[in-house]
Amino acid sequence: MDGFFSTYVWPAAIMIGQTLLLLVALLIFIAYILLADRKIWAAVQLRRGPNVVGPFGLFQSFADLLKFVVKEPVIPAGANKVLFLLAPLVTVTLALAAWAVVPLNENWVIANINVGILYVLAISSLEVYGIIMGGWASNSKYPFLSALRSAAQMVSYEVSIGFVIVTVLLCVGSLNLTDIVNSQRDGLGTMMGLPGSFLDWYWLPLFPMFVVFFISALAETNRPPFDLVEAESELVAGFMVEYGSTPYMMFMLGEYAAICLMCALTTILFLGGWLPPVDVWFLNWVPGIIWFVLKSTMVFFMFAMVKAFVPRYRYDQLMRLGWKVFLPLSLVMVFLVAVTLKLGGWA
Amino acid sequence: MGLQTLFFYLFAFIAVASAFMVVSARNPVYSVLFLILTFFNAAGLFLLTGAEFLAMILLVVYIGAVAVLFLFVVMMLDVDFAQMRAGFLEYAPVGALVGLILAAELIIVVAGSVFSPTIAKNVPMPIPAVTQRTNTAALGDVIYTHYIYFFQIAGLVLLVAMIGAIVLTLRHRQHIKRQNISQQVGRTPETAVQVVKVRPGQGV
Repeated sequence: MDGFFSTYVWPAAIMIGQTLLLLVALLIFIAYILLADRKIWAAVQLRRGPNVVGPFGLFQSFADLLKFVVKEPVIPAGANKVLFLLAPLVTVTLALAAWAVVPLNENWVIANINVGILYVLAISSLEVYGIIMGGWASNSKYPFLSALRSAAQMVSYEVSIGFVIVTVLLCVGSLNLTDIVNSQRDGLGTMMGLPGSFLDWYWLPLFPMFVVFFISALAETNRPPFDLVEAESELVAGFMVEYGSTPYMMFMLGEYAAICLMCALTTILFLGGWLPPVDVWFLNWVPGIIWFVLKSTMVFFMFAMVKAFVPRYRYDQLMRLGWKVFLPLSLVMVFLVAVTLKLGGWA
Repeated sequence: MGLQTLFFYLFAFIAVASAFMVVSARNPVYSVLFLILTFFNAAGLFLLTGAEFLAMILLVVYIGAVAVLFLFVVMMLDVDFAQMRAGFLEYAPVGALVGLILAAELIIVVAGSVFSPTIAKNVPMPIPAVTQRTNTAALGDVIYTHYIYFFQIAGLVLLVAMIGAIVLTLRHRQHIKRQNISQQVGRTPETAVQVVKVRPGQGV
């Protein structure tokens, strides 16, 4: 019985504790990311944004949460009840499940698996099901059209995201997310004789891929300017038209969790994860998690600015960008990076 | 080992049950969703055997892309399944025969060590233990180093199939206005704007 306790119960308890800690931290982070999104958007348009609940509107997201939870969920008469309620659950579960492999600091990861990046790619490619199921189960025109759009959009941009990840993996030589960050300790900067700094991270040698990844991440998470899935002027609110109260909130939560994941992934792949920007003692002294959160927040700031600045794409332009621009570009880059690594003797 | 066995039976049971539901569900959309569940549990089984790379590729390729297209098609088509089932008994013997052949082949592969113990032991390219080389690297060795030509030939076959599919479905329709982005971007005020002096009361 003693062995049972030490082999199963304790590790399980520790794992559940870690997961809960990460989830709570993530949800609070998402609450403020949501607020930041609205505040940045408002600031660009010379508005104030939410400023009533709490000081500077800091508790707005929690007030919204309360409002959504106490509202009555309405299920349309013609809807497929099971799938209608399953869809938001699928969305939110998958969006949170991907965080299991994200390393927030050296060894701060719940599951340090060998194929971490593939796991993230797999989970983010499953997220399309929440949207398709929700759109189909609503049994209504606009949600269905939106679901079809989103399926095509997400599948198209996953291709270029996959190739971007391949170029990074060629440089790293491992699929483990912790290895990817650690391999950015030395790079272009140290090769020129400089001490370890932000010049070593992959954003510099793989700059075109960095840009492609950022734009594809916008498209993959249905952020503006690629939010054709929920383009108000054409599709009302897309696949979420028939949703209200808690199910709607879960869709929103899943969407923002996916956005945070993409920010974290950009940080890990291109911005050196938890590494400090310059390798000096007082910056090394700052805990890695703070660098990680700062970098992810910076990427999110770019996401929010793009939302505020850029007008929405037309659907055929979106498809053209994905298949005719990004796909050939990333294919050529995979080839160039492989050849460079081989000829330079780094592989 | 207790936990692993437990998960094996969990994944295996759900996989078989949902595979049964794929063929017995009345609504084709449900069939595809159950198919996805089957794939998902198959990925779980792969993980249990230590084939983590295959598990993830199953998720990315089959669930993330192929099943999405299935779902796409099934949702768009208005298939009357009662009509399709009308000829079920007619085709049942053929289906049973195909199933039987598949089952026999599977048995031969799986039970190869019983039929011929010596050949089964002489694996030309044994997979190294997980502790020595990760799964992904071992697969990479086999596909991209030892059998690179076969891999390239398979790629060529796929390319030909892809070009064939495009040739079969491509039609050039006349009288369609297409957007030429380079032409649009290349426009200048000189080529696009014409300044006309209009006298009052005369028109252009």
